[in-house]
Amino acid sequence: MTRWTPDPTFYPSPGAAAGAPPEKLAYVAAFDRAAEKPDAIAVIDTDPASPEYGRVVGWTDLPHTGDELHHFGWNACSSALCPTAPHPHVERRYLIVPGLRSSRIYVLDTLADPRNPRLVKEISADELAEKANYSRPHTIHCGPDGIYVSALGAGQGGDGPGGIAILDHKTFDVRGQWEADRGDQHLAYDFWWHLTQDVLVTSEWGTPDMIEDGIVPELLLGRKYGHRIHFWDLAKRSLVQTVDLGDQYQMTLELRPAHDPSATHGFLGVVISVEDLSASIWAWHRSDGSFAVRKIIDIPAEPADPDLLPPALKPFGAVPPLVTDIDLSVDDRFLYVSCWGTGELRRYDVSDPFNPVFLDSVHLGGIVRRTPHPAFPEERLAGGPQMVEVSRDGKRVYVTNSLYGSWDDQFYPDGVGAWLAKIDATDEGLTLDDRFFPHGDEFRGRRVHQTRLQGGDASSDSYCFPS
Amino acid sequence: MTWESYAALVALGAFHGLNPAMGWLFAVARGMQERSRSVLLRSLPPIAAGHLASVAIVAAVISATRSVVAANVVGIAGGVLLVGFGLWRLLSERHFRWAGMRLSSAQLAGWSFLMSSAHGAGLMLLPVLATTPVPVTHAGHAMSGSPGGALTGLAAAGVHTVAMFTVMAGCALLVYEFLGVNILRRAWFNVDRLWAGVLVAAGALTIALTA
Repeated sequence: MTRWTPDPTFYPSPGAAAGAPPEKLAYVAAFDRAAEKPDAIAVIDTDPASPEYGRVVGWTDLPHTGDELHHFGWNACSSALCPTAPHPHVERRYLIVPGLRSSRIYVLDTLADPRNPRLVKEISADELAEKANYSRPHTIHCGPDGIYVSALGAGQGGDGPGGIAILDHKTFDVRGQWEADRGDQHLAYDFWWHLTQDVLVTSEWGTPDMIEDGIVPELLLGRKYGHRIHFWDLAKRSLVQTVDLGDQYQMTLELRPAHDPSATHGFLGVVISVEDLSASIWAWHRSDGSFAVRKIIDIPAEPADPDLLPPALKPFGAVPPLVTDIDLSVDDRFLYVSCWGTGELRRYDVSDPFNPVFLDSVHLGGIVRRTPHPAFPEERLAGGPQMVEVSRDGKRVYVTNSLYGSWDDQFYPDGVGAWLAKIDATDEGLTLDDRFFPHGDEFRGRRVHQTRLQGGDASSDSYCFPS
Repeated sequence: MTWESYAALVALGAFHGLNPAMGWLFAVARGMQERSRSVLLRSLPPIAAGHLASVAIVAAVISATRSVVAANVVGIAGGVLLVGFGLWRLLSERHFRWAGMRLSSAQLAGWSFLMSSAHGAGLMLLPVLATTPVPVTHAGHAMSGSPGGALTGLAAAGVHTVAMFTVMAGCALLVYEFLGVNILRRAWFNVDRLWAGVLVAAGALTIALTA
């Protein structure tokens, strides 16, 4: 049933959203690498006034095993206020949760008991394949006309093309494939948009065959992983422009367009350069109708004793930063960059997108460093800041430490563990919160991936009105 | 048409103009995107034109039909249709779909036409049109068929749209210049549900008045 007044978590502009109240709960995807126990959504108390602050206070097991939960998203968000097809009286209450390995998509209802979301629908891999010819669903965005789901693979087998499927806003049925004309786009990963400008952007990782059993050194050194980004006409659903960064830049992953609807720039993280193991951040902007993409940040590899490196990295004698996630604050000022290899979360001031300024960073884990959390100084941490989520007001940053099951095993072969850290962010600096570090057994043997914040966060909502 | 009919048409026009989904919000968004009041103002006529076209077609059909078949048949059949449509709008919760935002004036008019049609804007005029006395000639019987009958409908659609345009422009300018879009978070009550209720009520009223 719809509401009489707009859902209070919908904001017309990013400026208004930045004034949203702090989240009380965080939802975290938790998966069992062994595929013996079911994957789950863990619910964490983020209210500092609560006696259970920083603890896992809710848990919803899924009915199957082997899903490998990765990214997930809300059924509705601030885009419901967009004026072409407004529907602001729907509720932000359902989490759309895809299984990256199983290709199932679950719908969980958080309304009745926000701490224990209830499963209300399951979309089978067969339905996704039959209706949209896709598999390995990944990123979710609530669009003005439906729920957009990116997928890495074609409906059958382990090849591409990957792309975007549309789910019905109301019934969550698969409505079909989004692309009307995909050109030569074959690899898929992330997507987001400049909603008011009818532009959709997609990035490239690899097909299921290229990633599911771990990173394939021959493919990486052969420069076969994705190195392009694509710009589409959102209304016509057709590919307009492809930009190739150069094939040394392997794995163009996360896309973070400016939240300001009148801006036409955004940021892209590239995992690794095969020339020097560095990671990089790129910015795109539109001029004279077409998009230009420029590298704005280089993060070099760090030399390391080969004895301390996992087998895959021993020949190189260095730790690659491995930028696997980035997140842009709602005010478009700060870009957070996860260096999963070196175990560092960096913050840049990107007020001027093409002249970013490195501000500060926090170390946790890392392939060699193994930096402990200040609350548990004896525990050398595995994994590194990976999925990063920023609260709407920009004051709190949450990071989890797993990348992707089979890849975790390669880079952290003695176990990646499971942890969720919270960082308090002010203009002065970043501080790890001593009171907030759910980890280890609290996650019941699962690894943790994406975090979503109750009411929305910096990577969940799109806005149609400038601040 | 009677004075009361015009008042009803104006009231319905104001109601349609007030609904953010019928166009004024889109005009505001276009103005804000380009930071230009003139973009906002230039968006209003195409939106009104699309609304007019949608309403006029329905109104002309109703009026033209009334001039050739017994008035109460149109009233009852139309009323039943309207109640059914209103209930469907009320219960289905499905919303209009349209992905693009950068539209030419012609596309904007097309958007408005589809938006109005999908919401049954023209149908809402049924109680007025079905109860307006059919224009009579000096010979004392109803004018036979269109265009005479349809003209009544077109006139009604015109009056309705002028009211709609006025209220829409007022809302758009008020929000753009003074209130800001954050007002939507509190003030945008569920017009769609009210709208569906009005459709049902209009259908029932028409049946009651013409049966």
